[in-house]
Amino acid sequence: MVGESWVTTTFEKLGEWGRNNSFWPLPFGTACCGIEFMSVVSSHYDMARFGYEVVRFSPRQSDLLIVAGTITDKMAPVLKKIYDQMPDPKWVVSMGACACSGGFYRAYHVMQGIDEIIPVDVYVPGCPPTPEGLMHGILQLKEKIERDRKRVKKEKATIAADRDGSSAAA
Amino acid sequence: MPLIETAPAPLLEKLPADSAVPVEGLDQPTWLVRRESLKEVAKMLGADASAGFDLLLDVCGVDYPGRAERFEVVYHLYSIGRHERLRLKVAVPEEDPVLPSLIDVWKAANWFEREVYDMFGLRFEGHPNLRRILTHEAFEGHPLRKDYDPARRWILTEDKIYRPEPRPDDEESGDDMFEPMTINIGPSHPAMHGTFRIVARLDGEVITASEVEIGYLHRCFEKMAETHTWQQVIPFTDRLNYCSAFINNVGYCRTVEKLLGVEAPPKAVWASTILSEFSRIMDHCVCNGATLVDAGALTNFWYFFQPREEIYGLLEACSGARLTVSYCRIGGLAADLPPDFEAHCRRLLEMIPPFMDDIEKLVDKNRIWLDRSVGVAAISGEQAVNWGWTGPCLRASGVANDVRRDHPYDLYDTVDWNVVVLPGGDVYDRYRIRMLEIRESLKIIRQLLDRGIPEGPYIVDDPHVALPPKDVAYNQMEAMIYHFKLIMDGIQVPAGEIYSMVEGANGELGFYAISDGSGKPYRLKVRPPCFPIMSTFSHLIQGGSVSDAVVSLGGLNIIAGELER
Repeated sequence: MVGESWVTTTFEKLGEWGRNNSFWPLPFGTACCGIEFMSVVSSHYDMARFGYEVVRFSPRQSDLLIVAGTITDKMAPVLKKIYDQMPDPKWVVSMGACACSGGFYRAYHVMQGIDEIIPVDVYVPGCPPTPEGLMHGILQLKEKIERDRKRVKKEKATIAADRDGSSAAA
Repeated sequence: MPLIETAPAPLLEKLPADSAVPVEGLDQPTWLVRRESLKEVAKMLGADASAGFDLLLDVCGVDYPGRAERFEVVYHLYSIGRHERLRLKVAVPEEDPVLPSLIDVWKAANWFEREVYDMFGLRFEGHPNLRRILTHEAFEGHPLRKDYDPARRWILTEDKIYRPEPRPDDEESGDDMFEPMTINIGPSHPAMHGTFRIVARLDGEVITASEVEIGYLHRCFEKMAETHTWQQVIPFTDRLNYCSAFINNVGYCRTVEKLLGVEAPPKAVWASTILSEFSRIMDHCVCNGATLVDAGALTNFWYFFQPREEIYGLLEACSGARLTVSYCRIGGLAADLPPDFEAHCRRLLEMIPPFMDDIEKLVDKNRIWLDRSVGVAAISGEQAVNWGWTGPCLRASGVANDVRRDHPYDLYDTVDWNVVVLPGGDVYDRYRIRMLEIRESLKIIRQLLDRGIPEGPYIVDDPHVALPPKDVAYNQMEAMIYHFKLIMDGIQVPAGEIYSMVEGANGELGFYAISDGSGKPYRLKVRPPCFPIMSTFSHLIQGGSVSDAVVSLGGLNIIAGELER
């Protein structure tokens, strides 16, 4: 039994390690931030250093949605559909002030933050964020996933301990 | 305010009496046209060779709730041959908001009229497809009317999304072995640059009809301008054409300066010209880089983006921001130039040409690129003008038209450079012309650098326009009051109107500003160069294959922020 559990844990770890270091981002670039995203993936900043260069434009093949740019009310159903089409597990980085909160466009056609329609994992501020800012955001996401795994593991352990404890008491 | 003194008075005589009345004392010749005779006047001006107003630059609606005839529609016309401008104004009452459509005279009117319909609810009789263009399908009301709340949103749900049926021009599919197919491309599609949508009807791989849907990035620039002070609009202008944000800054600030009657000091003008040209280079780099990526040539994308990064370094040294710089101010610059400005520019002058040489070696005679681009999406100069094209795309069709030469601003009339013209009008020439223009821009920059930095301040010394320096504002009562007034009330621009233009990276970038003296723009209309160009897209791709459509979109350099504002 010991051998089995050892294999399971490592497999989880292996999976997370792989995921963390090789997001396949889908850049939902609509505006100025999209141009900065292009800078991030091009040679000077080179996001490939972190293993995140496999940019996919099909939601079916990607696990990280980077919303780079203003989302208008006209675009909202499209964004929602793209998010729904992505397979689990999936994460969302909201890049720039517009995607986070509508930015300085308090206006009749601009969504006041994409979290009106989809959940967001990391908000990257800036108008647009610097390339370093976006990379920092993605590395934060990496940490967050790591932390989540530890938390889930801890929760599982607590539940198991509780159950063991209660069964022992019984 | 500089007046253009070439009022085409003889033209008025060709018209029936009282169909058009000239208005005196404005920045350019202006006629008040009666609604009933608008079509006749337009035909005389546009179709008659002697009048020669072959380019419809812009159509702009204005709402005056206090007037008996509430709306005004303003047409800006241009004569390419004579470099003359003419403005037509038509009053439209609220009860009967109908005008004749001018599509028969200028094809460019197509989308412009749709925009006026969308924003003001004015209808154009004879327009083939008068529906909303910038706002979405579930939108109610007309946002640029003065009584529309700027923050009133409408939610679009998926069932209401417009599904265009490309008008069936082709009924002859009888003996064809293939059934015609309708496909949707975009808006979330890499070839559509994230924000356009095309519904195309295909026969095999050939596009027989298509409809272009835009408005996915309509960020309400013009309404936002009306709710902010004149200075506060500057950051919004950055986000029009975000690939060359600085040129937008310059265009806007020069417009307001003309209304105010102030002039930026020589140092600011000198730096603006240099930075505008660097911005133009960046813009051309993005356009050509993206076009080549769309055609599968990824290497050039890296080659184009490296010089861009270096130019970013210069802009960052000046303003602190890379992309959206907001470095220009009304009356000058936001801050003094960095101490190594000149050396930095010279470094860039050394560094950019080798990249361009490499790209040209890789691409110019590349068989694949030639096959993909030569003769694709070609348009003749005459047609392009009728569709309202300006800038490099028009120059690639053989029409030498450049605001920098024809209506010089800043220092362009003091340097030696050429307006590059190519004859082909296809994707290849649109790529080539940008490569050539990059070199012309470098030439301009080099000459300006050789003159050395002009002495003096970087912003006008006028406390009604420019903030007093911080140390003075902290220590002198008067300066502090000026500072307070400028921050709280903004610059007090006198009532008036002006159309002012600069050569944007993609054509004539015009700002039509109306001030009522209240401290905020009453109306600020942008004349976006890529709006009329994009309106041609459906026509350009007809008869080509889908892959041709992808390449031709890249070559037109459509920037959504500017297209949809």
